[in-house]
Amino acid sequence: MTAPTNTGPFSTANGAVGIELEHVSKVYPGQAQPAVDSFSMTIEPGELVMLVGPSGCGKTTTMKMINRIIEPSSGSIRIDGNDVLSLDPNQLRRHIGYVIQQIGLFPHLTIEDNIATVPRLLGWSKKKTADRVEELLTTVQLDPGTFARRYPRQLSGGQQQRVGVARALAADPPVMLMDEPFGATDPITREKLQAEFLRLQADIGKTIIFVTHDFEEAIKLGDRIAVLGERSRIEQFDTPANILSAPANDYVASFIGQGASLKRLALIPVSEARLAPVATQPSAAQVDIEDNLRDALDLLVLTGGPSIDVSEGGRVVGSIDHAAISAALRATSGAGRVG
Amino acid sequence: MSVVESETVALQTVGRGPEKPTGRAWPRIRRFMPVIVVAAVLLATWLWVSSLQLDSIEQRTLNADYIVARIREHLVLTVVASVLVAVLAIPFGIAVSRSRSRMFTATVVGIANIGQATPAIGVVILLAIVWQTGFTTALVSLVAYSFLPVLRNTMAGLEQVDPNIVESARGMGMTPWQVLRRVELPLASPVILAGLRTALVFAVGVATVATFINAGGLGDMIINGLKLQRFPVLLVGAVLVAAIAVLIDWLAGLVEEWVRPRGM
Repeated sequence: MTAPTNTGPFSTANGAVGIELEHVSKVYPGQAQPAVDSFSMTIEPGELVMLVGPSGCGKTTTMKMINRIIEPSSGSIRIDGNDVLSLDPNQLRRHIGYVIQQIGLFPHLTIEDNIATVPRLLGWSKKKTADRVEELLTTVQLDPGTFARRYPRQLSGGQQQRVGVARALAADPPVMLMDEPFGATDPITREKLQAEFLRLQADIGKTIIFVTHDFEEAIKLGDRIAVLGERSRIEQFDTPANILSAPANDYVASFIGQGASLKRLALIPVSEARLAPVATQPSAAQVDIEDNLRDALDLLVLTGGPSIDVSEGGRVVGSIDHAAISAALRATSGAGRVG
Repeated sequence: MSVVESETVALQTVGRGPEKPTGRAWPRIRRFMPVIVVAAVLLATWLWVSSLQLDSIEQRTLNADYIVARIREHLVLTVVASVLVAVLAIPFGIAVSRSRSRMFTATVVGIANIGQATPAIGVVILLAIVWQTGFTTALVSLVAYSFLPVLRNTMAGLEQVDPNIVESARGMGMTPWQVLRRVELPLASPVILAGLRTALVFAVGVATVATFINAGGLGDMIINGLKLQRFPVLLVGAVLVAAIAVLIDWLAGLVEEWVRPRGM
């Protein structure tokens, strides 16, 4: 990311900003129950927070109040200490990346022009805009030479969603709002997009609010997860590992579903486990030390042996068995997210 | 390199209608078919009229000067009316689609409906009685008649724009005016243009009644031919009106295709 951070109304040294929501409510006229009832949350700079809950729980409404696509009825929202309700909504939105499930690319504009939307609104020079478009297309792994002049219709769903992300990142906003961005893609494309997205976020460290109804996705991507009930009530707000090891109530437990321990294993890298010395007999399969314990357990079950070898850069550095996996799981329960 | 080539082809075909791969010549001929047919009919009419012995009454109307003057009157009336309709009905359509007031919507659509439902000849003659005869009156009644299709299509065109696209435009910080101008109107333009095309063709036909209030046009030839029982005069007038309508429709179709946003 060579483009200068465009924090706009939010001024910070490092580019990432925090978000605070305080008793934010939304009441639609003519409805007795509020859609969102006194929602409060503090999001740290550079944090990826997942809002997860069933359809109609108000998670999308909550998110859309942050960029004022939906105006809150009461409460306050601050980004980097600035009350968003006191800012001009159009100016505000130019500094908040926004990605929706339906993507909403402009069908009459080329990919290039789609991505250049916000830079042009901000009055960037032609050269700077063109450079930024090329850089972003490369970032989301679309060849600029091939795709810049195509129209959205000529792209696959997965490619369109990448353009959607690139467009939201165009002016390097410190905050991103993402509403089920990968929801409409097929499972294989989704996994790929998720992995790419994690890699991207590791680079750019935006403050992101990500809405999903898919708990697996929340575990996979989130630094913290807010499990929401009706009217956007926060049932639990914690790291994925903590939610999996200690669900706050039956509602959260039901959301996790079966196999919480297996899901937790997927969050713990093999390097966290206490490895046994290299076995005298090489095992039938090897697990890489960068892989997670679920992969290790999977191979253990598959090979049926007492232990499997752990490799690091192609060299066997130790072995791991069932007991070591269980011990690692116990050691991390309640200890926050590992890895 | 073959991959690159196929991509270029894909790019070029964007924005055109479905074209059947039936060789190169056929689509081009089909595109010019209306012109060919009109030319053939005009030629046949001219040959037939040339073969006749015209009496003095017929000679007074079936000559180049007279015909060109009537065609000019007809076209001016049609084009000015259509431009006025575009300038008036599109903004009204936008206003109605933005407005939350049902009263306003119902009033505008109601008036436009009345304009089109009332027979044009009735409007022309009533206006002439209560106001004046001549070009302006004919223009007003033409505008009233052609207003509805453009209004309706502007409303429908804006309505069919995907709300997700509008939301993402707003979410990126476009002002309502920018959303309208850069996103909604371009996406609605094919439907709006189709309405304008309809209005134009309406106007060509209805402009024939201008003759009743002394506003000229090809209606003069038709009415003269009828009143004086000169069949060649009547026929030439009618053929010319039909030919103009078909040609204008064809031209409007070309414009439509040309200005339609690419990528759709």
